[in-house]
This record gives sequence, C-alpha cells and structure tokens, in this order.
Amino acid sequence: MPIQTQLPTWTAVTPTLLLALTALVLFLVDSIDPDSTRPTALAGISALGSVSALVVAGWFLLAGTGQTGSGGAIELYGGSIVVDGMSLFFTVIFASVAAMVSLASYDYLRDRTYQAEFYSLVMLAATGMSLMASSGSLVTVFVSLELASLPSYALVAFLKKNRGSVEAGLKYFLVGAVSSAVFAFGISLIYAVTGSLLLSEVAAAIGDAGDLVGVAGIGIVMIAGGFAFKTASVPFHFWAPEAYEGAPAPISAFLSSASKAAGFAVAFRVFAVAFPIDAVVPMGVDWPLLFAVLAVVTMTLGNFAAATQENVKRMLAYSSVGHAGYALIGLAALSGGGPNGSVMGASMAHLLVYGFMNTGAFLFIAMVEHWGVGRTFEDYNGLATQAPVACLAMTVFMFSLAGLPPFGGFLSKYALFYGAIQGGFWWLAAVGAINSALSLFYYSRVVKAMWIEDPSGTFDLGATPLGIYVAVLVAAVGTLVLLPAFGPVVETAQSAATALFA
Amino acid sequence: MIIEALIAVTFIAAFVVMLAPDEVAGRLAAALSLLPVVGSLYMWSRFDATGNALMGGDIAFETMVPWLELGGYTLNWHVGVDGIGLPLVVLTTLLSTLAIVSAWTPIDERQSQFYGLMLFMEANLLGVFTALDFFVWFVFWEAVLLPMYFLIGVWGGPRRKYAAIKFFVYTNIASLAMFIGFIALVFGLGDSVSSLDMPAIAAALRAGELGSLYGIPAATLQSVAFIAMFLGFAVKVPIVPFHTWLPDAHVEAPSPVSVMLAGVLLKMGTYALLRFNFTMMPETATAFAVPIALIAVISVIYGAMLALAQQDLKRIVAYSSVSSMGYVILGLVAYTTYGVGGATFQMIAHGLISGLMFMAVGVIYNATHTRMVGDMSGMADRMPVTTGILVAGAFGYMGLPLMAGFAGEFFIFKGAFASTVTAGMPLYTAAAMFGIVIVAGYLLFAMQRTLFGAFRLETDYEVGPAALHETVPLAVLLVTIIVLGVAPDLFFGMIQDAVNPLLDFGGELS
Repeated sequence: MPIQTQLPTWTAVTPTLLLALTALVLFLVDSIDPDSTRPTALAGISALGSVSALVVAGWFLLAGTGQTGSGGAIELYGGSIVVDGMSLFFTVIFASVAAMVSLASYDYLRDRTYQAEFYSLVMLAATGMSLMASSGSLVTVFVSLELASLPSYALVAFLKKNRGSVEAGLKYFLVGAVSSAVFAFGISLIYAVTGSLLLSEVAAAIGDAGDLVGVAGIGIVMIAGGFAFKTASVPFHFWAPEAYEGAPAPISAFLSSASKAAGFAVAFRVFAVAFPIDAVVPMGVDWPLLFAVLAVVTMTLGNFAAATQENVKRMLAYSSVGHAGYALIGLAALSGGGPNGSVMGASMAHLLVYGFMNTGAFLFIAMVEHWGVGRTFEDYNGLATQAPVACLAMTVFMFSLAGLPPFGGFLSKYALFYGAIQGGFWWLAAVGAINSALSLFYYSRVVKAMWIEDPSGTFDLGATPLGIYVAVLVAAVGTLVLLPAFGPVVETAQSAATALFA
Repeated sequence: MIIEALIAVTFIAAFVVMLAPDEVAGRLAAALSLLPVVGSLYMWSRFDATGNALMGGDIAFETMVPWLELGGYTLNWHVGVDGIGLPLVVLTTLLSTLAIVSAWTPIDERQSQFYGLMLFMEANLLGVFTALDFFVWFVFWEAVLLPMYFLIGVWGGPRRKYAAIKFFVYTNIASLAMFIGFIALVFGLGDSVSSLDMPAIAAALRAGELGSLYGIPAATLQSVAFIAMFLGFAVKVPIVPFHTWLPDAHVEAPSPVSVMLAGVLLKMGTYALLRFNFTMMPETATAFAVPIALIAVISVIYGAMLALAQQDLKRIVAYSSVSSMGYVILGLVAYTTYGVGGATFQMIAHGLISGLMFMAVGVIYNATHTRMVGDMSGMADRMPVTTGILVAGAFGYMGLPLMAGFAGEFFIFKGAFASTVTAGMPLYTAAAMFGIVIVAGYLLFAMQRTLFGAFRLETDYEVGPAALHETVPLAVLLVTIIVLGVAPDLFFGMIQDAVNPLLDFGGELS
C-alpha cells in the first residue's frame, strides 16, 4: 500500500522536518538552562533527532515513498521540493553522519561554551543538506545551499580562540561567498534563457535556447562551479584542506562526508533533470565532458597532494578531495542513452559508504586529538599498543578508503568503476583504478604507523572518550556491514537514480 | 552449510581470541582452531563430489544464494568443494592449528592480536579454497593479505617493515593485474554469462564464447587476459623472476607465520592457476605451454641453486619452496592425469613438508637464537628428537619413497614425461628432475654441518630438548606426511576424479 494515499503529502518531508525540529528543541532546552555545562542532554537530543530522521527516511525508502513503484516523486510547493528515492537516500547519509558526529561531539565539546549552539548549527546544516537533496527548483537549491553553508562556516570557526580554526572559517566563508555569488549568477543566466527556475521547466525550455546558447552554457558552467566548491572538487578545492584541518575534528568529519554528499545530491539532480544530455549536448554544452575533466583532475590532484602530507588530518583532507573525484564519475560517465541510472546510483552508493568510512576516520582523529597525541604520522607510531580496538577501526577505515576487498569501500568503488566501463568510459575507470591503487600508499602509512612502527615516546591516553569511541565503532561496523549488505544499497540507489532519467 | 559454518566458526574464533587476555590467547586459539579441523575431517569423511566443480561435476556441500546484482551480473554466495578444493581445506585447517601451537614459544608480545590474526587468515584461506563465485573468491583472496601484512610487520625480525611492505605491494599489484585480466574476460563474454559464477564462466570460456572487446579480437583478448592472470598468480606461487618478495617475507616472518606462508599461502597461487588459467583456458595454456614449462624448469633449478648458496637455514627452506613450486607448475602444464593430479597432490605434500621444515627450523631458532649454518653444529646431541624429525622432513623434501613428497613428485614426473601437449616435455622434465639432486645436495650439506658432528654453538644460550608443545606439531606433521606417502590414495583418488575432466578438450588430447 503506497504510503501517500494515507498521509497528507507534506508528511513526505518528515525526515527534514525532524532535523529542523531537533535544532529548535536544542535552542529551547538551552534557553531553560543556558549556562549548563552538562552536555549529555544536548548531545542526546541531537543524536536522537538525527537517528529518528534516519529511521523515518529509511522507512520511507523501504516503503517506496516517492519512488517509481508507488506513484513517482512527491512534489510540494509547486515542484520546489521533491521527495523521491534519491532525496531519501541522501537524507539517510546526512542523518547517519549527523548522528555519529553528535555522538562524538559529546566528548569533544566537554568544558567548552556554546554547546547548544554547536549542536543546533549541526542540525540546521543537516536540515539544509536534506533540503538540498530534495530541491526541485534552482531557488530552493540556492536557499538550502546557504542554509547548509552558513552554519558550516560558523562551525569551522567554532574554536574561536584557536587561530587555525578562525582562519579556516574565514577562508571557508570567503571562498563560499564567492562561489555562492557565482552560483547565483549562473542561476540568473539560466533564468534569462529559460524563463523558469523549476528544474523540469528549465529542462523543457533549454533545448530552445536559440541564440542564447552561449548564455546558457556560461550559466551551466557557473552552476557547475558552485557545486565544485561544495563538493571540494578541483579547481574550487583550496579551502577544503585548510577548513578540514582547522575545524574541530567532528566538524571536519561532518563537512567532508555529509556536506560533500549534499553537494553531489544537488548536482546529480540539477544536471540530470534540468540539463538533459539529449537536449544540451547537441547545443554544444557538453557538461559530462566538463565533469570528466574535473573528475580526472580532482582525483589525481587530491591523491598526489595526499601522498605528500606529513599531517594525518591534512592527508585525510586531501584524500577527501580525491574521493570527490571518484564520486564525480557519477556525473562524468553520463551519456545520452547510456546506463546513466546505474552509474549515478553507484556514485550515490559510494557516497553512502564514504559517509561511514570517512566520518569514522575523522572521528578517530578527533579521538586522537582528545588524547593529546600529535597530528603527524610519526605521532601515531605504536598507537595500537595502547588502543588496539580503536586502531583496528581506523585500519578498517583506511583499507576501506583505499578500496581493499573485505570492506564496503571495495564494492562501492568497484560498482562505480564498473558503471563507468559499462557507459563506455573505460579510461575514466582506469584513471580511477590507478588512483585508487596509489592511494593505498598513504592510507597504509597510517596503518603502518599505528601497528608496525615502535612508539617514539610513551602515551598517556587517559580515559577513553566514550561518545567518540562508540561513534567510531558504529562507523567501523557500518563500513564492514556495507560489504555483505551492499546489494540492497546499490539497488536502491540505482533505482532512485534511474527515476531521474525517466 | 558446513562450509559456511567452518568459515563462520573460524571468524568468530578470531574475534574471541582478539578480545581474550594475552595469557590465555595461545591456548584458546589452539582449542578453538580444533573446531575447523574437526569440521574439515568430517567433510572429508562425508565427501561425495564427483568430477570437477568448474566443469559440471557434482559439488559437495554446495550452497548458492544470490548476494547482489551489479550492472546485469549476479554475484552469488557460491561455495562448495570438489576433489581439488577439499584436500586444501584439510591442509589449511590442520596446518593452522599446528602453526598456532608452534607459536606458543616464540610469540611473547601482543599474543591475542597475533592469534586472532592467524585465525582470521585461516578463515579467509578456507574461503579462498571453497568459493566458487569469482567475486566472493576475490574478497577472500585479498583479505588474506591483510593479516599476513600485520603478522610479518608486527612480529617479524629486524627488517620486518621492509619485508611486510614488499610482500603487500607485490601481491597487491599482482592481484590488480589478475583482477583486470579476469574482468576483461567476463566483459568479453558479453551476454553469454550473467553472473560471476566460476563454473558458468569456465563453461562459457571453454565453449569458445569469448567475443571481442573494444575492438580487441577474442584470441588476443584471451591471450592477454591469460598472461595478466598468470602474472598475478605467478607472484603468489612464486616463480622466478617474481620470487624476490618470498625470501624477505620468510626470513623476517616469525616461524609460525612462515609455516602458513609456505604451507598454505603459496598454494593459493597454484590453486588459482589450476582453477583459472588451466581449467578455463586450456587452449591458451597449451599455446603458452613451452614458455610456462621453461619458467617452471628455471624456477626449479634456479630456486635450488639459490638455496644452495644460503647460509641461513630459513632462507634455505624458503628458496627450496621456489624450487618445489616449480614442480607444481610443471605438473600443471603437462595436462595429463598424473601431471595435473600430481601437481595438486604436491601442493598438499609441499604444504606439509615445508610446514614441517619451517617449524623445525623455528624450534632450533627458539633454542639457539641463531639460524646461521656456520654458527652451530652437532645439534643432534642436544635436540635429538627435533633433529630426527628435521632429518625425516628433509628426506621427505628430497622425495624419499613412502613419504608424501615422493608421491607428489613421482606423479608429476610420470605425468610430465607422458605429456603430449607440450613439445619437448620429456626434456624439460629431465632437466627439472636434476633439481632433486641439488635439493638433496643443499639439504644434506646444511644438515651435516648443523645437526651432526661435535656440538658447537656461537651464542650464549643453553640448548636442551624442545618442549612438548614444540615437538607434538612436528610429530603430527611427520605422521601425516608418512601416512600420505604410504597411502596417497586418501587424497589422490578424489584429486584424479576432479582433474580428469580437465584433460579432455578440443578432442585433441586423450
């Protein structure tokens, strides 16, 4: 029984509303006892809110809400908001990352002020991301993008007595503001050509651009630039290593996993729906080629930059740029009449696995920071003698990010490269596979440092931070379980993506 | 379901041991590892497969459930054993338990992690020898690397980091080459296969349904894929010139890990060669037969010569593995019942004998803290039982009748001489047989200098007889070697049954 016949249609956005509501509840709780230094309630509410959003989104996804099998996408506000398999799938990613980040922040924020604001900002950013995934019009895209970005700027600069954090926030904000402007300008150009902001109407009108092809082309490129910023793709990636390194580690996790996925969510939808390949490419605006170039450059540059780092957090930041390159294959390997749904779906599934493994890796770094161990590879030497279980989890993340078999990252990369080959883009898959093999070099450096090198000094780790510990273990279990459970995940993602091309 | 149970029990055991306190980890691991031993012996007693698993034979203990679908290809959880897989499963469980027991003395730090990783590796090895879907198989295949990397890198000797990384990089790149080669074949098969099921792919390939891919004609595609996969597996075997990781890994690895490395991990390479290259693409294999046979002969002779030149007991045994695995390749390329069957039997025999040799060298090292031939002599006076077993094992290596090594090598030579597939096979076989002389040479030479004569030891350690838990695994291995030597048919019957279907292809061969 399709769910929307029983409930009013607005209930389809329940997961997003739950996230927004959590943010408001957090403000409310904070207003009762503003000077509270007991973060348990705040972290609990935040985690609970994201888990409930996760559960509802997952339930909708399983029940088929807004998917082809049960009446197709649910449109609200004249199509400005669309709930379909894709938006729910991405909401699952955002909500699970937000839940892990909330859990981990509990220890990270101990004895800091403005805790309620921290959690609320995380929840608001998650709300924005979730809205991004269900935007049906360029206006909603822009507004939700800003809703996701503005809290992120504040969160990056959250450690306001820390120079690195403030500098990172400023850099992030400035680049973000410029890219927002570029993005808005791109939207206005598209509006000038098509006379509409709704994605479906843009698609219908863009084929008749006539003399305005050049304007449309510039608009599309500018919009692509906006996404490249959000997903930390070359050439708009410069902010990412700085921001990820300077930000509080849980926020680095949040930005590099959820925020990046949000960028892809909206890019997938806008380009697949508003700029159909069959109509746009014959006009001479070959955006898949643009993304192919971006993908190759992004993964190669990210990888090589990661390989030269001495600081683990920076290495992860650059490797996250590299992973943006892999995910870009989901846009780059599209072609008229190709197996587009399966390519894009594979990319979505990769982002889900990435959500677990990358969040886990950054949260592990949060834990190491909490312990007061340094940031370089040498500082990690022999850590496994002190914290074997946590290091085991980190090992899982590293090998999974590198794409080694017994972990989720192997299958998701395999599906991605495989989809590219199916679409005829075997060279894209080859570049991806080579990059992936090279990445083993720097990922295994972390593993080698933790397990094989002898400790250079003695560790004084103190008590295990329970919240981060649990979050890291959850991420590790998720990364492992996503190997056997990859079938339903990728099928869901591919059917959700295929619906976009219908 | 017994295969699933076997793998699951071993994984759970690995996890339990990982969490156990160090003091009990060794005992606990040994006790838990008896479960897969019992399970594999039960499988052997109830074994009822006929024919080759990849060629339409009846598969024992088979399970096949859909796992996931990717781009039109179904990936199944498909496991089962035939006469080739079962002996290797038994070898894996038996050798793992013995290696774990033999680790009680030398491993004195981070024990729970060590034994946990050993069991984790065992579980994945069981997966490699039972999986019948390429994808499942590949997951297990790669997963074996990770524990080995840590086992060498954490518990190894002075140059352990270098050896671990070298092992990891070599075998990982090899796996990538092999993976690309195989996937190219699958794509080339196009619509004639809809899954990565190994029997289905083997059937399609043997039926000649390979098409062209991206403009590469089918014949070229098959040759290129064959070479890519051959290289991938050759590194694992290893054969000259891809063997250089092996001595490093062996010398640095702690003895129990060397036992697993030589005893089981190397067999992954020859097993995969047999399953993939020689089963799925017999025409290509015969087309490349002469170069492969030459490589095999070079591996035998060169490996033996290298062993002859070593001063380190462990290096001697390590290089002799290169030599022995060369025989296996020679047997495979012969394409006769005795050749391929003997090669499979020799995998088991070499697993047991090299396991015994590494373990015995390990026991001597535990007592003397040196492995250099020049540092000791007359060990027989102080460690008579260990010496006796080591001598017996060396005789097994040399191919003394009534020991497993004799049976394996005899079958291989018999099969290789009779081979009609490869031009000049008797010549190559004769050349390879000369390797036996060198093997006898370096083993007798090393033993004469270390074990016999007047006692002399250039370290400060008092040397006495080995402990019971060091001797028992050696004794068990020796008994197994003799039993298999006296009654090779315990395994050889089922091996032949699984091998025979391979030989008849194209109607050209008998």
